[in-house]
Amino acid sequence: MARLIGQKLLTLVPVLLAVSLLTYLLLNLLPGDPALLVLGPESVSAESIAAVRAELGLDRPLPVRYLAWLGAAATGDLGRSYITQQEVTGAILDRLPVTLELMVLSLTIALVLAIPLGVFSAYRAGSRFDKLVTGTTFGLLALPNFIFALLLIFFLSVRLGLFPATGWQPLSDGLVENLQSAFLPALALSVTNIAVFTRLLRTDMITTLQEDHVTLARSKGLPTWRILFRHALRPSSFSLLTVAGLQVGTLLSATVIVETIFALPGVGRLLFDAINSRDLLMVQGVVLVLAVSFVLVNFVVDLLYTFLDPRIRSGAARVRA
Amino acid sequence: MSIAAELPVPPATPDPVDPLLEVRDLHTWFDTPRGMVRAVDGVSFTLRRGASIGIVGESGSGKTVLSRSIMNLLPKKAAVPASGEVLFEGRDLRPMSSKQMRSYWGPQMAMVFQDPMTSLNGVVKIGRQITEGLRQHLDLSRQDADAEAVRLLTSVGIPAPERRLGEYPHQLSGGMRQRVTIAIALACGPKLLMADEPTTALDVTVQAQILDLLARQQAERSMGMVLVTHDLGVVANRTDDIAVMYAGQIVEKASTRTLFRRMRHPYTEALMRCIPRVENPSHTRLDAIPGRPPDLAALPVGCRFAPRCRYAQPECLAENPPLFSDEPGHEYRCFFPVGTSAGAEALERNERAGSTAAGTTMDLLTKASA
Repeated sequence: MARLIGQKLLTLVPVLLAVSLLTYLLLNLLPGDPALLVLGPESVSAESIAAVRAELGLDRPLPVRYLAWLGAAATGDLGRSYITQQEVTGAILDRLPVTLELMVLSLTIALVLAIPLGVFSAYRAGSRFDKLVTGTTFGLLALPNFIFALLLIFFLSVRLGLFPATGWQPLSDGLVENLQSAFLPALALSVTNIAVFTRLLRTDMITTLQEDHVTLARSKGLPTWRILFRHALRPSSFSLLTVAGLQVGTLLSATVIVETIFALPGVGRLLFDAINSRDLLMVQGVVLVLAVSFVLVNFVVDLLYTFLDPRIRSGAARVRA
Repeated sequence: MSIAAELPVPPATPDPVDPLLEVRDLHTWFDTPRGMVRAVDGVSFTLRRGASIGIVGESGSGKTVLSRSIMNLLPKKAAVPASGEVLFEGRDLRPMSSKQMRSYWGPQMAMVFQDPMTSLNGVVKIGRQITEGLRQHLDLSRQDADAEAVRLLTSVGIPAPERRLGEYPHQLSGGMRQRVTIAIALACGPKLLMADEPTTALDVTVQAQILDLLARQQAERSMGMVLVTHDLGVVANRTDDIAVMYAGQIVEKASTRTLFRRMRHPYTEALMRCIPRVENPSHTRLDAIPGRPPDLAALPVGCRFAPRCRYAQPECLAENPPLFSDEPGHEYRCFFPVGTSAGAEALERNERAGSTAAGTTMDLLTKASA
């Protein structure tokens, strides 16, 4: 098992290098001189431009700059924003817990709703319940996150006053307050995933339910819930797991919109503000952190397969032997 | 002390009035876009307590659907509301819901499937696959269920059973896996064991072991057993009775001894020829029955075997023969039975004409079965 994790970790190295290179090139290939951005639009002397360029290290060739940036990034130093003068790493770390909580909460909501919905609509495929679920999820898929966010704010906050419309209560203010402020944005984020996960699980589950081992489980006289959840769910959840990992990427970009609508102090909002103020180093730092998190989440998903399917575990054992 | 005294008490003289399983005129049809598929089309047979019957037929003869219909394991939606009865200890299983069936599945009747690779759940430990039935029906504690599972694995001949409980199906060989599914089926001490082609997916070398295991367990536990197979050789020495199925119907049924001595149906005769014989010189061409069984969605009016039959006469094309009987317990669905003068005359007529009434050339039929 440790060997398996080690092997997979090694494959991460080139992926992470590629991610960092692309992130770096992304902003360095943009037209325009960052020094001009720093100095502002007023007419500036060639000397001050040269001075800023030297300060930013822009006078050195690109590969050298990349390696220097990479080296600093590896030690956790992503530079200092020349707009707000904040440490990029510090700014991201301040905001990361909010975004992390949103993502975890929204994935949890999506899975808690999608697993029973998917399982039962597969079990009763073609029934009125199944048609209702299929129709609803189809509707949800057609609805963009931000529309749903606005609808939630309108009905649950403005009309019913159940949740605050905007703002964030940190965990230090109490769990209930914290969850209250996180629930609506997390729900808004989970809408697409509820629909995607339900439909995916339903399809895989229908296939599994036709397999012989399910018939064998029935022929043991087991109750239906046991057959569905103990026998059929696990073999049906491989694509669900894969897609859940990939959806983290979609979620990360959705947080930019949702955190802005709900005025949450998260990384998505930070990115939004940084883009607006052309804070290139901040954008670079946030994009790098998001890309690396995406890679790491999918690395964890890879490991989770081995828990879902014992055959993968012994496959690794055979490689070792 | 004689060896016989150590054997379990043989089942009491079977009471013909109180059979374990009685299948009466069972129909299982499926409504498909191609038309009505008559997979099981009027099957009747009786199984005494502790007795065994082999159901033999080639692929597509409806034998798997038959076994699942008896177990009431087919999805209710799939089959057209079916006629006929499956009486288990006198009670009709057909109208029962899955919920009602749950008290039968396991302690009353259990099933061994064709391919243990697909019938065992690959992501569930073997121990739990055996014990969950025990805990469900016999209300055993975890420890008791584990102990019983070890006992079951031992009785089906699996070495180091304690270790196996924590293993997954892919860690066992094919034969061992099928032993596990047998242990699962035996777990709650069923009165009826359905075995649906239990050796088809296995290596030839372990087929005999698995069949002997089934026969031994059946005798020791005096279970009723229905052994479904496409191989007449498989049931030859192992079941009391044999029913030969063709295109959804039983075409001949008799005690094993009678069937092998005095087969009446041309299809049975053809199947017999397909059994390879040890006494034949090596490289003898194996016989095959030419042609294919009819499409179950478009069955002919007459005898369903007529197009492949050497004896086929005009009558055979006009009407599907009913079941005839010329000795107790022996039934066959043929107008010109093998081993009778009517059959011999029919064969002679066809040989003279060079083709059967169904238009099949005799050469084709005899070359393959000569």
